Amino acid sequence: MQQFKMQPFKKLDGVAVSLRRDNVDTDQVIPARYLKVPRAEGLGDTLFRDLRYDANGNLRPDFPLNDPARKGVSVLIGRKNFGVGSSREAAVYALVDYGIRCVVATSFGDIFAGNAVNNGLVAAIVTAEDIEKLLSAVEQTGRAEVDLEEQTIKSGNYVVPFTIDPARKVRLLNGWDDLDLTKQYAREIEAFAAKDKAARPWAVPAG
Amino acid sequence: MTRPLTLFDKLWTPHEILKADNGLSLMWVDRHYVHEGSFQGFDKVEARGEKVARPDLTFGIADHYVPTYSRNRPIADPSLANMVRQIQENTAKHGIMLMGLDDPRQGIVHVVGPEQGLTIPGLLIVCGDSHTATHGALGSIAIGIGASEVSHVLLTQTFWQKKPKRMRVTVDGRCGPGIGAKDIALSIIAKIGTNGAQGHAVEYAGRAIRALTMEGRLTLCNLAIEAGARTGMVAPDETTYAYVKGRPFAPKGADFDRAVAVWQQLPSDPDAEFDTEVSLDASAIAPVVTWGTSPEDTLPIDGAVPDPAQLDDPARAQQVQGALDYMGLSPRQKLTDIRVDRVFIGSCTNARIEDLRAAAAVLSGRKAKVPGLVSAGSTMVKHQAEQEGLDKIFTEAGLTWAESGCSMCLGLNGDIVPPGERCASTTNRNFRGRQGPGARTHLMSPAMVAAAAVTGHLADVRPMLAGRA
Ligand code: SF4
Repeated sequence: MQQFKMQPFKKLDGVAVSLRRDNVDTDQVIPARYLKVPRAEGLGDTLFRDLRYDANGNLRPDFPLNDPARKGVSVLIGRKNFGVGSSREAAVYALVDYGIRCVVATSFGDIFAGNAVNNGLVAAIVTAEDIEKLLSAVEQTGRAEVDLEEQTIKSGNYVVPFTIDPARKVRLLNGWDDLDLTKQYAREIEAFAAKDKAARPWAVPAG
Repeated sequence: MTRPLTLFDKLWTPHEILKADNGLSLMWVDRHYVHEGSFQGFDKVEARGEKVARPDLTFGIADHYVPTYSRNRPIADPSLANMVRQIQENTAKHGIMLMGLDDPRQGIVHVVGPEQGLTIPGLLIVCGDSHTATHGALGSIAIGIGASEVSHVLLTQTFWQKKPKRMRVTVDGRCGPGIGAKDIALSIIAKIGTNGAQGHAVEYAGRAIRALTMEGRLTLCNLAIEAGARTGMVAPDETTYAYVKGRPFAPKGADFDRAVAVWQQLPSDPDAEFDTEVSLDASAIAPVVTWGTSPEDTLPIDGAVPDPAQLDDPARAQQVQGALDYMGLSPRQKLTDIRVDRVFIGSCTNARIEDLRAAAAVLSGRKAKVPGLVSAGSTMVKHQAEQEGLDKIFTEAGLTWAESGCSMCLGLNGDIVPPGERCASTTNRNFRGRQGPGARTHLMSPAMVAAAAVTGHLADVRPMLAGRA
């Protein structure tokens, strides 16, 4: 099942951008009108669409991602509560298709963080104090180095530790798809289903 | 001596197939709801060339992209027609029941599930939609998932979860007249913030919660996600059993009695411990509205827009200023001075029959000063409302009575709030652009939306209820 493996994530040294906003919800990451676009078409251009472009379709020069010096960005530094709201996995597709492989924040929406790991995107959590330092450092250097094994992010002379769920870390490091893991438990699932059917007959839909 | 357990623990254990060394649990899914937006999940199934494991536990619904007008004609926009066709094709191909566009049971997934008796107590329910927590109102674990997880559930009827922490939100006391579940839910979010319940399964408890009808509990749990919770729940009780009994897919006869006997064991044991406890006094809850671009930007209607200059935290001040700029509001402006351009009554949050009745009670014999759209939560709710004559009240007030779907909650079907316009809305998210690019959303209860319609500005509904309902 090699073809379902994701790209493993070990280290990344790339262009970084600061986005000084709390509560960046997934409606902002990708507006709902792009949700019907098939993944095969690529969703990179829809990323932060209404923040990157004005109503006339012109790039907003003041939006950090539009800085010509930050082309090819792969690390995004957010702030508090990134990716809240809608469960749309397309928010992660848009980030990944744009080239971003790591988002840093002080907290993430639960569903977003789950979607991230399923697409090889690192959602790294740092403290409130460190995020402000990191935001400033990245604004100056324009780069960041992410080391998943060591759980550190470095920008200029500044190094901060980050946290990530250990199970997610292992999956990201190896590029594992959890379906392949689940299939190893096929027998346990079958046994459970049989036992459950007898124990909770009312739980299957009537009618 | 057995350890006292919470409702959540009692629901979790029977669904846990195994716990892996990495701390994640493989969970059994009793119901999987899919909608047009689940197409990416089906695409992944297709890519693997495999079959859906349990089509009998999977239920399809068309809601997110369906038109709310002219249902008798083909969908004009080909991209929308394509979305509705995809769910038809995907469900047909895998032998999954679909409540599609022409089905009399069609409606918003989180309204239809409970209405059809598919959602009952004691289950684990998932759906590729964040407001899945709604179904927890019946005493089940209901979790919103992403597209990769949708494909995982389609292929295995299981998904991996890290067991969340437990939070109890206790609302004691009695709500004043004109105060609904929406006011309670928004007041909770205002208190704990949009990430206040992150990583937690929330149980709503207390006298004010027990007093809520099933509709009210559904509204409450629907908004659990806006506090960041993994899921929200209310322990099943007589209100729940009475609601479930006789619904098409609910257990029947002796099966129902057996189920009730099991469900009666579910409520949290008296000494059960929670990781986090929050409490509110119902009698202190006023009708609330949101002023900003996050559901936590909630204030009682007699309040005023915050002033960033008076905030100590510069980051917060900047955030508030950004919200005010987007919303076109000035600091310290009285909330009741905010004029609206239109209203929307709909969505999985507040479009059940009781919500429509609450709005109609205010609108009856009155005229709306602004245009507005009313989209019932399901086609069944729409018919019931018509039998009760509520549609007449809405149309005579000057509002538009539409078919059921997600509609203006996120505008996928073309029902949008035009750029720069302000909408008083019964929905769940006041995010930037949620109801359309540049749209300005104020969240509130159906009764409060009706009050805004009648006055043309945000208004306290309470005086308008004098001598009514
Ligand atoms: S009504 Fe709104 S929140 Fe509810 S399922 Fe539809 S789009 Fe989502």
